[in-house]
Amino acid sequence: MKKEWPLWEVFVRSKNGLEHRHFGSLHAADAEMALENARDVYTRRNEGVSIWVVESKYITASNPEDHGELFEPAQDKVYRHPTFYNLPDEVKHM
Amino acid sequence: MKNQDLYNYILGIADNSLILGQRLGELCGHGPNLETDIALTNIALDLFGQTRSYYQYAARIAGDGKTEDDVAMLRVERDYKNVLLVEQPNTHFGHVIARQYLFDVFHLLLMTELQNSKDETLAAVARKGIKEVSYHQRFSGDWLKRLGDGTEESRTKMQEAIDHFWPYTAELFDTTESDQKMIKSGIGVDVSLLKESYYKEVTETLEEATLDVPENPYFKKGGKQGIHTEHMGFLLTELQYMQRTYPNMSW
Repeated sequence: MKKEWPLWEVFVRSKNGLEHRHFGSLHAADAEMALENARDVYTRRNEGVSIWVVESKYITASNPEDHGELFEPAQDKVYRHPTFYNLPDEVKHM
Repeated sequence: MKNQDLYNYILGIADNSLILGQRLGELCGHGPNLETDIALTNIALDLFGQTRSYYQYAARIAGDGKTEDDVAMLRVERDYKNVLLVEQPNTHFGHVIARQYLFDVFHLLLMTELQNSKDETLAAVARKGIKEVSYHQRFSGDWLKRLGDGTEESRTKMQEAIDHFWPYTAELFDTTESDQKMIKSGIGVDVSLLKESYYKEVTETLEEATLDVPENPYFKKGGKQGIHTEHMGFLLTELQYMQRTYPNMSW
């Protein structure tokens, strides 16, 4: 029998209107315990309004070796980036 | 002291939280795993937070220049009015959970009623603490069910722990002379009336945890009168060490 509890990733929505952000990970025997542990480890000081937990094994991660093809687009195609717009000051969290 | 009965009544509630908090604090860094370790010390901190409000109030009533620290840290063993249940040692995680659950159910019932106290300060402390206490019960109740309805070993240990602490539960519903005066004046909660709801709730959880409800006609009492078990002296020695060694120290 495996002694270690599975690993879970914790995502917390800091306040309404914002997206859930990755906060960290923890061990728990099941989803319910993962939520309670997340409350104790991450959200005891008003850090959030909503928690997601997902077992880490269900997350598919990109391979560092693929870095080039995934993350390094040709730098000379400036039209791919919306860099010509000025963001009004009122728009936050962009 | 003019308000001796109110003072005693406040200590009767506050000391339970202080002593249980101290027991849980002993587990800091010794929990079964990181997550549970943090959870248990969080509960300890919740309880200490509540006791501060009580002891500040008690010190104000005493009015003899005493501070919350004097009231909390510098009494002799006989002057602590906590129930025997909360001073019992941690022994193993099953014991920690059984002791916690058997206290939490009572604590939540008490806080719920205390919100209606005629004493504004006590009612306010109860209103503030109730969310915390209801989380405590959720935490300890969930663990009780997990371990009871778990493996054969966890079930055996959990049953042994429940059997061990069961004789300490009846004392929760006793009232002292000061309690009775406070109940008459609408300040205190008549805990004897909480007994039925308490055992109903506990029985349901034990059944869900596939554990047997102990049938023990002999109950252990005395804490409310200041007569404690042999564990209390050791606990107080550690609790009081800093204030006794460095009088009036603060953070």
